[in-house]
Amino acid sequence: MTTSQTTHLIRGARPLGGAAADVAVVDGLVAAVGDGAAAAAGEGAHVVEADGLILLPGLVDLHTHLREPGREDSETVASGTRAAARGGYTAVHAMANTFPVADTAGVVEQVKRLGDEAGHCDVHPVGAVTVGLEGKQLAELGAMADSAARVRVFSDDGKCVDDALIMRRALEYVKAFDGVVAQHAQEPRLTTAAQMNEGTVSGELGLAGWPAVAEEAIIARDVLLAAHVGSRLHVCHVSTAGSVELIRWAKSNGWDVTAEVTPHHLLLTDELVRSYDPVYKVNPPLRTARDVEALRAGLADGTIDAVATDHAPHPAEDKECEWAVAAMGMVGLETALSIVQHAMVDTGLLDWAGVADRMSFRPARIGRLDGQGRPIAPGEPANLTLLDPAYRGTVEPSGFASRSRNTPYRGMELPGRVVATFLRGRPTVLDGSIA
Amino acid sequence: MKRHLISAADLSVEDAILILDTAEEMSQVASRPIKKLPTLRGRTVVNLFFEDSTRTRTSFELAAKRLSADVINFSAKGSSVSKGESLKDTALTLQAMGADAVVIRHSASGAPHRLAHSGWIHGSVLNAGDGTHEHPTQALLDAFTMRRRLAGAPDGGPVPHGEAGDGTGRDLAGRRVAIVGDVLHSRVVRSNVHLLTTLGAEVTLVAPPTLLPIGVESWPCRVSYDLDEVLPKSDAVMMLRVQRERMNAAFFPTEREYSRRYGLNAERVARLPEHAIVMHPGPMNRGMEITAEVADSARSTIVEQVTNGVSVRMAALYLLLGGADLAASDSGR
Repeated sequence: MTTSQTTHLIRGARPLGGAAADVAVVDGLVAAVGDGAAAAAGEGAHVVEADGLILLPGLVDLHTHLREPGREDSETVASGTRAAARGGYTAVHAMANTFPVADTAGVVEQVKRLGDEAGHCDVHPVGAVTVGLEGKQLAELGAMADSAARVRVFSDDGKCVDDALIMRRALEYVKAFDGVVAQHAQEPRLTTAAQMNEGTVSGELGLAGWPAVAEEAIIARDVLLAAHVGSRLHVCHVSTAGSVELIRWAKSNGWDVTAEVTPHHLLLTDELVRSYDPVYKVNPPLRTARDVEALRAGLADGTIDAVATDHAPHPAEDKECEWAVAAMGMVGLETALSIVQHAMVDTGLLDWAGVADRMSFRPARIGRLDGQGRPIAPGEPANLTLLDPAYRGTVEPSGFASRSRNTPYRGMELPGRVVATFLRGRPTVLDGSIA
Repeated sequence: MKRHLISAADLSVEDAILILDTAEEMSQVASRPIKKLPTLRGRTVVNLFFEDSTRTRTSFELAAKRLSADVINFSAKGSSVSKGESLKDTALTLQAMGADAVVIRHSASGAPHRLAHSGWIHGSVLNAGDGTHEHPTQALLDAFTMRRRLAGAPDGGPVPHGEAGDGTGRDLAGRRVAIVGDVLHSRVVRSNVHLLTTLGAEVTLVAPPTLLPIGVESWPCRVSYDLDEVLPKSDAVMMLRVQRERMNAAFFPTEREYSRRYGLNAERVARLPEHAIVMHPGPMNRGMEITAEVADSARSTIVEQVTNGVSVRMAALYLLLGGADLAASDSGR
């Protein structure tokens, strides 16, 4: 057997946290798992020693802001996807709130092409639901679906599609190409000038409150609309206990509703806003400990389908300012898996198979991706993530691959480190560094 | 004393009484022919006002000048972003100019906290009002005024209306204060609730439910929707300004209805105990939250509050800038 760059033997890893097994990767596919792996890879294979490491299917993010075109000072498709690979992702959905907005076939194809050229992970552009994210006129959803970008997820993320009729029409229209509308649930009138979660802390800090009901009211409306028209609804970045209950209720009725939660909403609370440090300013806002508990429970029992990063890079000057004028959002691709390990695995709420389900299998299904979110089994595409769960390290943003450093975890000790990421058999990360 | 004065919540009862007692001493300066102390000579105080406020800025300016500090008024209308320069860059500029203290007024809640804790500036930061968060020197001047009026007699009791006693060394234990009006948007209230309860007073907030913040039940005070029920049990009633634009945001139906339910008129004042005082942080909407007759009555401390504001701000600057130490070295002790 000759040595080949496309042949790797991952030795002694634990697929989905199960028993240790060798995994052979040949020509972009998983060739064998277990006893026959060494033989399948052959003697010349590149060996990755993975004793005690966890092997997961390549992670899939439903919610990434790559900022290109338009805000390349914050992030580019190339830098964002490098960050994604560092975080163990093999596919990301790039949100549509770029400049220009990704509301035409031309823009989504451009983003797709930039992703292909960078080659760090698959980039699936999200198409805007409405022209210019203005909530008034449907964008050419079909053209984006039929384009080279094959868009299946549509969202005005950053803004809510608050007009009930427009939302109904979008839900109905995307059925023609098995699309899904991903709603940013935020009733605009109830959140005018809102700065943080409405509650005890906002009252004390004198920051305009962002009530939980502003999110829940839209989710309640939208699940009813989705049920009425028989379409798929996906709820972005669920942040409240009430939202979890509404989604649980919708699923109990058999409606095709899915939801995501961000890593930061699984860990951080509005108490942190007492620092007035805009690194904690995010949309939707950080909520209470009770909400965090409900979100964790919802993710554990499958009510919430996916962990999505809502990776939102901003340059330093957009955060080194007063809270009221600071940009909303935080970067998340490079810390997501660590946060999920910390909040869900190390607490016993989710096992590694569960992590694979919520961070790869289900998000790939929601996005209707081929070749992503597949089992680690012979014949499957070798999109893989290798994680060292025993690692403990301090977050140092200067080492991020992302162009932006707006992380709330600076200086925090977190578990887990992505050792390697494979995209169709090709390492995009090896030994923790971009390959 | 701490290095900064950002929130009234940061003040211990000892800190608060020290400031009020120092203000009592400072108030003596105003009655001298030459209203000036050399205490902060050679020190630079910057009034950094991102929001218009002639009253507060002038009060701080006068306070600093009476202590012989060099005063720079740095006016930055609108937000720092609309001005094209960030708060950070402004702070770095002031740092480069050698500001020893920065008095900051800002429309954004938390801006003084950010300035004090981001390492952008080394001097003391005094919060002169931030968004709907806090206005600690306003609370201090309110407490100073209450102490003089309600605990200023030699026996620690109230003084007759129109007179000002000396409350040196005293707190406000057992005094009952009603604060009435737009609690939701008031920085004055947040500071007053902290400071007055620290000093032992019992505070009751009175407002329509729409003008009370979510979570107010966890504040160290009582809450009522009924002004008439609260007045007979109040030693001081503090009326808050109601901005007319609140009506457009549906916080209450009409000005007329607001005035009827929460406005202070002579009939309501008659329900107060004889010794009780009427306060207002200004500027007032005469005829809306308070009638002219009440605002100009002997019970009203509104003008005194302005005078006392200078003394309290002198005390705050003096103590934060290590005035006591300077005075000691000046006198060769």
